[in-house]
Amino acid sequence: MKITQISVFLENRKGRLFEICSLLGQAGINIRALTIAETETFGVLRMVVDKPAEAIDLFRKNNITANQTEVVAVEVPDSPGGLAQVLGILRDHNVNVEYMYGFVEKQSEKALLVFRFDNPEQAHQVLAKSGLSVVDEKGIQGL
Amino acid sequence: MIWNEAIETMPLKDLKNLQSERLVKLCKYVYENCPVYKQKFDDQGITPSDITSIDDIEKLPFTTKLDMRDNYPFGLFSRPRADLVEIHVSSGTTGNPTLVGYTRDDIKLWSDVMARSLCCAGAQPDDIIQIAYGYGLFTGGLGFHYGALEMGLTIIPTSSGQTKRQLKIMQDFKPRILACTPSYSLYMAEEAKELGIDPRTASWNIGIFGAEPWSEPMRAEIEETWNMLATDVYGLSEIIGPGVSQECTYKDGLHVYSDVFYPEIIDPETGQSVAEGEDGELVFTTLTKQGIPLIRYRTRDIVSMTNQPCKCGRTSPRTSKIKGRTDDMIVVRGINVFPSQIEHVLLGIEGTQPHYQLIIDRQAHKLDNVEIMVEVDEKIFSDEIKQMRVLEAKIKKEIEAVLSIGVTVKLVEPKTIQRSEGKAKRVVDKRSL
Repeated sequence: MKITQISVFLENRKGRLFEICSLLGQAGINIRALTIAETETFGVLRMVVDKPAEAIDLFRKNNITANQTEVVAVEVPDSPGGLAQVLGILRDHNVNVEYMYGFVEKQSEKALLVFRFDNPEQAHQVLAKSGLSVVDEKGIQGL
Repeated sequence: MIWNEAIETMPLKDLKNLQSERLVKLCKYVYENCPVYKQKFDDQGITPSDITSIDDIEKLPFTTKLDMRDNYPFGLFSRPRADLVEIHVSSGTTGNPTLVGYTRDDIKLWSDVMARSLCCAGAQPDDIIQIAYGYGLFTGGLGFHYGALEMGLTIIPTSSGQTKRQLKIMQDFKPRILACTPSYSLYMAEEAKELGIDPRTASWNIGIFGAEPWSEPMRAEIEETWNMLATDVYGLSEIIGPGVSQECTYKDGLHVYSDVFYPEIIDPETGQSVAEGEDGELVFTTLTKQGIPLIRYRTRDIVSMTNQPCKCGRTSPRTSKIKGRTDDMIVVRGINVFPSQIEHVLLGIEGTQPHYQLIIDRQAHKLDNVEIMVEVDEKIFSDEIKQMRVLEAKIKKEIEAVLSIGVTVKLVEPKTIQRSEGKAKRVVDKRSL
């Protein structure tokens, strides 16, 4: 099961991240995982939210450049070697990771790992077959 | 000294007769040799026999940059290609560049008017000149070269760039004359200071600066920095290249070589000539050119003109420095830049017209900097930084290929670029010209 990641184009400018996050907050959209990749002049904010379709609409209405990408989210125990286990499986199956980021959930003692693959279909199959807990959209909403 | 004294100090009445005689010949020449002009005359309902004096020039059709583009490459020429000994190319608004060509006689004409310019600026026959305008398709370098050759100066053809070497050559050979763009002279001054050279001790006493607009404060700065006389040269490749007009040492307007390049100042809206001294668009008719003579070519430069005699003794009319443009062309480091060129490139990359803005800045003692801001919309946005980097680099590379100057590209968020009445402002020129 693949899930939707929202990416937002950001200029490196004071307060910009605050503005984006405030918009989501006011609209009652919850951020589940988030990362920022940056260059000297601009950045890309990537996040997994509970209501991706609403988030995209919200950004469009506010003239914020955003798009959706399919990513794969995996839940692993929040313990040493958790991420390495997943990466080992991917390596063994020759699956390339474009980028990834992680999020720890204190209550469930689990970590959510979000992966961007160039071939999400194949990656998803590999991970599902290996018995890992791949999270779907519903799962994201329930987190 | 005055290079062509008979012509340059000719009484205005005689000058007018000469211009009339040449215009009559020119009309017959283009009518018989250039199908495009024949068509233009026919469309206007006139024949060469309707033109009997220079006062009839207003009956003639205009020629524009569009005519140059539409008849690219050789359609506007009045001579077969084989008669040309040299061609030059400058950037056009979109698509085709502007092509001009010279017959052997045209090169002689160019040499003569450039020799006039050099003398006008104060050159003496035993001078050394350092020509730091670009040599190549750009007319700047070779135009000065021909004039200096004609005058018998010692030429150092350094071309543009390689500033350290320029300065070493200046120190070693002690040229008295420097020819380059005004901004490059200030750039060299900074470099000189960094190398521990006091610009005020430089051998250059006379500067002949052009190919980009510059202001009186900039002149003052150049003269103070280099301890030299800074004069303005004007030209455009369509007419001949540099050597259309030039300031004399009195620096009171640019002397137009009106015996060969007949100037008119018109209202760009109505096409009617304006009163003496009023601002308007500068229009030239090349009275004696052979390869690609042009009739009433609209330069799009805004100037004013006076027929008052100058203290130097030259009788030809003088124009002011360029006060503006009738189109959106900007000149950066001697290169013509049209926003439409940027549009073209962006359209090619993205398939649609994105919002963009050109910011031109001239920091103190630095060359003009061009930054292009491009708004990132959903079509070009990627969640992968490397894709965005590739896009940024591609825009930069393609724009640089079209403009022939270095630029920086900045990706910005939508609606970052100011819009007025719904339209984005395409050019922000922060240079204090």
